[in-house]
Amino acid sequence: MARLHEKHTFPGRLIIVEGIDGSGKTTQASLLRQWLVSLGVPVFWTEWNSSALVKSSTKKAKKDNTLTPTTFSLLHVTDFADRLSYKIIPPLQAGMVVIADRYAFTAFARDTARGVHPEWVRSLYDFAIKPDLAVYFKVPIRVSLRRLLSARMKLKFYEAGMDTGLSKDPVECFELFQSRVLDEYDRMSEEFGFHVIDAVQPIEAQQKQFRALVSRELQSYLAPYLAAKEQKTVNESKDSTVRRAGTQNDG
Amino acid sequence: MAKRRFMGTGLPYVDLSEVNGHLLVVEGSDGVGRTTQLSLLRTWLEVQGYGVIETGWTRSALVRESIDLAKAGNALNLLTFNLLYATDFADRLEHEIIPALRSGFVVLADRYVYTAFARALARGTDPEWIRRLYGIAIEPDLVVYLRVDVNTLIHRVLLADSLDHWEAGLDQYPQLDPYESFIKYQSDVIKEFDKMSDEYGFTVIDARKKVDEIQRELRAAISATLGQSAGADVVAPTVDE
Repeated sequence: MARLHEKHTFPGRLIIVEGIDGSGKTTQASLLRQWLVSLGVPVFWTEWNSSALVKSSTKKAKKDNTLTPTTFSLLHVTDFADRLSYKIIPPLQAGMVVIADRYAFTAFARDTARGVHPEWVRSLYDFAIKPDLAVYFKVPIRVSLRRLLSARMKLKFYEAGMDTGLSKDPVECFELFQSRVLDEYDRMSEEFGFHVIDAVQPIEAQQKQFRALVSRELQSYLAPYLAAKEQKTVNESKDSTVRRAGTQNDG
Repeated sequence: MAKRRFMGTGLPYVDLSEVNGHLLVVEGSDGVGRTTQLSLLRTWLEVQGYGVIETGWTRSALVRESIDLAKAGNALNLLTFNLLYATDFADRLEHEIIPALRSGFVVLADRYVYTAFARALARGTDPEWIRRLYGIAIEPDLVVYLRVDVNTLIHRVLLADSLDHWEAGLDQYPQLDPYESFIKYQSDVIKEFDKMSDEYGFTVIDARKKVDEIQRELRAAISATLGQSAGADVVAPTVDE
């Protein structure tokens, strides 16, 4: 297999965003989507842990708190396999741009932080498609924690890594667990060639960098859309000049 | 006792030096008489004073619903099929097998990872990937393979019950009728077990023999394993049938 390390041959493109909880990667990915859609690009959106197949198992196990780091990891890879087969590969075959909010790397970071063997979890995901662009939104723990707490006041059990038993206090546990996750992401940046964006910057500044990155890395794919857009903009500005002239007359 | 080992990368958060006990595995297709043999073994071991825990290759509470859901909808592709079963195994490994071994029990496993290997390989899975996936497993002290040929097997299966969709491998050969599919799929499974017999050093027993003959051979193999691990001063238990 080892598809995760080979360039795919599908006509579509796969863009993935990674980062710890509260890094703002979802915001950035949805802004990117808006832009691509405005260019007329067919976009398909997919999230981590969203297939129906293992939802009941995950829910049950989380409720009973019987998950071990290994079963946690296996449930996620099963979910991912299901999503890859039915949600990621078909749109790529259909020539769409797939934006994945989190990808296999989330598992590598989190599961390793929970204690499974880093080599084992990587081998599980051997069947994954290599992204055309992997962007890592890097943020210090303090900043992500502030964002999460101001948004909803309470940290989720697994998000804070409470299952690891690092601390009984959710905030402290979050800091301990997420700093391990952060270390893993840093380690992976080189291994998998992540493009790193400083996620402490203002949202619009990050988005500008993100779009520039996408324009560069997906140049050949986006060229016809960008050309069409340019043409349209030229026509529109002609139209509006005419219209404005007309309005003046009316007034 | 031979040093406890994982079959691959293992569970880094589990200290194997605390995992004693004995892990004995009986492998073989459905219909070879594993259940009968295992219940005889259990009694025999208990009479000798061993604490015994049996573990099967059935579905654990964790993923039962997902497996049922997937099988019902036939949405089980090869990847998710392998992964759901591995999840199920991991759940049993950590909640049943390891705790029992830690407490010094003899764990009698009615099938183990080799069943997963055989089924996955018969379905065309990458052999290296499936082995790494199950690298979390603890290496057994003994694996006995109850072997029958496919013709004997189908007679037994038909006499016991009708052909099951998955055991007949109809997911693999939907163009064949259930009988043809069973023969083809189970022949592949047996071929994989034969290959593994050499690779992993299974003790192979011809399961066409009579029940008590098979039991005698099983006990001899187990006595040798337990005798070794208990030290030379323990006399191997005799077979009393």
